[in-house]
Amino acid sequence: MTGIPPEYLQYRARKYGMDHDRYDWSILPRRKKVEWPGGARVALWVMPALEWFPIDMKGKPFKPPGAMQTSYPDLRHYTLRDYGNRVGIWRMMRSFDRMGIRVTAAMNAAVATRYPALLEACVARGWEIVANGQDMDHLHYEGLPVEDERKQVATTLEVFRRVPGLKVRGWLSPAKSQSKATLDLVAASGIEYCCDWVNDDMPYAMRTAHGPLVAMPHPIDIDDHTILIQNHHSDDEFRDQLCDQFDCLYEESATQGGRVMAISLHPWITGQPYRIGALEQALRHMLSRKGVWSATGAEIMDAWKAQQ
Amino acid sequence: MTWRDPGLYDYLPYDEKRPRITWPNGARVAFWVAPNIEFYEIDPPRNPSRGAWAKPHPDVVGYSYRDYGNRAGFWRMLEAFDRCGMRGSVSLNVAMCEHHPEVIEACAQRGWEFYSHGTYNTRYMFGMTEEQEREVIRDSIDTIRKHTGQRLDGWLAPALTYTERTLDLVADMGLTYVCDLFHDDQPSPVKTRTGTLVSIPYSLEMNDVIAYNVNLVSPRAYGDIIKRQFDRLYEEGEHSGTVMCIPLHPYLVGWPYRMKAFEDALRHVTGHDKVWLATGREIAQHFISHHMADFARASHKVGAAP
Repeated sequence: MTGIPPEYLQYRARKYGMDHDRYDWSILPRRKKVEWPGGARVALWVMPALEWFPIDMKGKPFKPPGAMQTSYPDLRHYTLRDYGNRVGIWRMMRSFDRMGIRVTAAMNAAVATRYPALLEACVARGWEIVANGQDMDHLHYEGLPVEDERKQVATTLEVFRRVPGLKVRGWLSPAKSQSKATLDLVAASGIEYCCDWVNDDMPYAMRTAHGPLVAMPHPIDIDDHTILIQNHHSDDEFRDQLCDQFDCLYEESATQGGRVMAISLHPWITGQPYRIGALEQALRHMLSRKGVWSATGAEIMDAWKAQQ
Repeated sequence: MTWRDPGLYDYLPYDEKRPRITWPNGARVAFWVAPNIEFYEIDPPRNPSRGAWAKPHPDVVGYSYRDYGNRAGFWRMLEAFDRCGMRGSVSLNVAMCEHHPEVIEACAQRGWEFYSHGTYNTRYMFGMTEEQEREVIRDSIDTIRKHTGQRLDGWLAPALTYTERTLDLVADMGLTYVCDLFHDDQPSPVKTRTGTLVSIPYSLEMNDVIAYNVNLVSPRAYGDIIKRQFDRLYEEGEHSGTVMCIPLHPYLVGWPYRMKAFEDALRHVTGHDKVWLATGREIAQHFISHHMADFARASHKVGAAP
C-alpha cells in the first residue's frame, strides 16, 4: 500500500474560474452574439493538414496520429502519408475550386521546402497557410529544452516568411502538443492565433507572456482521422456527422449569433478517390443553406476580434 | 489479504421468483439521467496508483477536450433536457461549486438532484486511509449542502476509483445509494458494515464515454442503443419495474454533431406513458421503502469458490 500524502487533499486552485491563467472561464451561450460579414450564420472553416512524417521518426515524447507503425523502414505508412501531399490534396483542391471554398492549409515547414509546387498552388489560390510546426517528428512538449523549442518555432516560421506575399498568422502544433512555453513562444514570434485547444466552438482570448492570442475552434472530433481511422466509421457516417454538426450550429445561430463550422482534414485519408465524394456531399449540403460564409481562419479571427 | 469477491451483495437471479418491483403510478421503467459534471485539473498532484494525464503537463488536448463540457456542451445538453421535460441527477465533482457556480445554479433552478462524484475527477481514492476517505466524503456532504441546500444521498466514486472500504464509509456517513456497481438492471441492497445502502443501476453500457470513446460508435448508433435498451426494459417492466440510466458527460454528448441523435432518443423515452422520469434519490428512496427488505430476504448466500 502506497501512502497518499496530506497535500493530496489540499486544493490550491479551488476558486472561481479556471485552475490556470491562460484564459478566463466563459459560457458559450452567454457571450455577446457575433455577427459575421454579410449577416452570415455560419463561418465555414475548412482546414486540410499537409504533414510530413519522416520514415525514421523518433515519436518523442509520443507518436503523433499518423506516425510510422512497423519496424524501420516502414515504407507502407511513409508512402501512404506522402500520398496525401502528392495526390490527395490535389484532388481535394479541384473539389474546393469547383465549390468556391476558401481554404486554410495547416502545413509543416518540411512540406513547404520539400514540395514548393504544393505551397505555390495553395498560395496562388489565396489559401491561408497556418504554420503546423517543422514536421511531424518535431513535437512541442514539456521537457524539450526551451531553446530547442524556440529554434523549432523560428525554423518553421522562417520557411513561410521567405515566401513573397505570404503572411502566416496562425499556428497549429504538430499533434496539438504544447509545452508550457509554446503559446508564449509563438506569440513572441508574431503569431496571432492558435488552433491547439479544443474547448470551445468559437474563438476566445488567451493570455501569453507576449500579449493576447486568439484560440480558434479547431476540433479533434470533426476530423477525418478521428471518425474514419480511429473510430472506423464508414464514409457515409463521416458525411452524416459533418452534416449533423453543421445543422446543429446553423440552428443555434438563429438565436445565439454567428457560429464556426471547422473541419479538420488529412488528404491521405479524405483525398482517396472512394472517400472524397462523401466530403463533397457534406460540403454541398452546407453551401446549399443561406448565410454560409466560406472563410479562412484569419478572416474569421479578424471578424470576431473586431467585435470584442 | 485482498478480496477475491468484494462481498458487497448476495446472489439474486433475474427470474420469475425475484420479488416484483412496483413503481409510482404503475410505471414500468424508472428512468433517470446522470450527467457527470466534472472538473479536471490541469496539473494535479499525482496519486501513486494513477496519473491524471497521458501526456506531459500541459496535456492540452486532454484538458481542453474535457473543459469543452463546461464552456459549451453542458449548455446545449441543458436545452435538450428542458425540451424533453427531463430532470438530471448530477454526478458532481463538488469543486465545480467553486469553479463554475453558474453551472450549479442552472441545475438547481431546474430542481435537479446533486450527488457526489468526488472533489475533482483528477483526485483518485486509490490508497487513501480511512480518515482521508472520510475527509473527501465529508467535503462532498458539506459542499453540496452549502451551495445547493441539498442533502447528499448518492455516490459515484471519482473516476471510478476506490478502496475496499469506500462503500462502507459512504453508508456510515449517511448516504443511501451508490452508482458504482454494474451487476443488475434493478436496484439491489449493498452489504455494508453500518447504514443502509442501495445500488442503483447506472450502466456503463449506456454511458457516453463507453459508447463514444471505448466502443467508438457513431452518434446515430448511440441513439439507437438507447432506444433499444429502453424498449426491452419497458417490455420487461410490465412484469416487474426496471431501471434505466443514461450516464452522460457534457464534453461528449454536448457536441453539436451528437446532440440531435441523443435528443431524439431522449424524446423516445420520455414520450412513453408508463415511464417514471425520476432522479437517483427518488428511485433509491422508493426502493428502500417498498422493496429493499424483500430483496434482501430473497437473496441467496453465495457459495465458496473451489
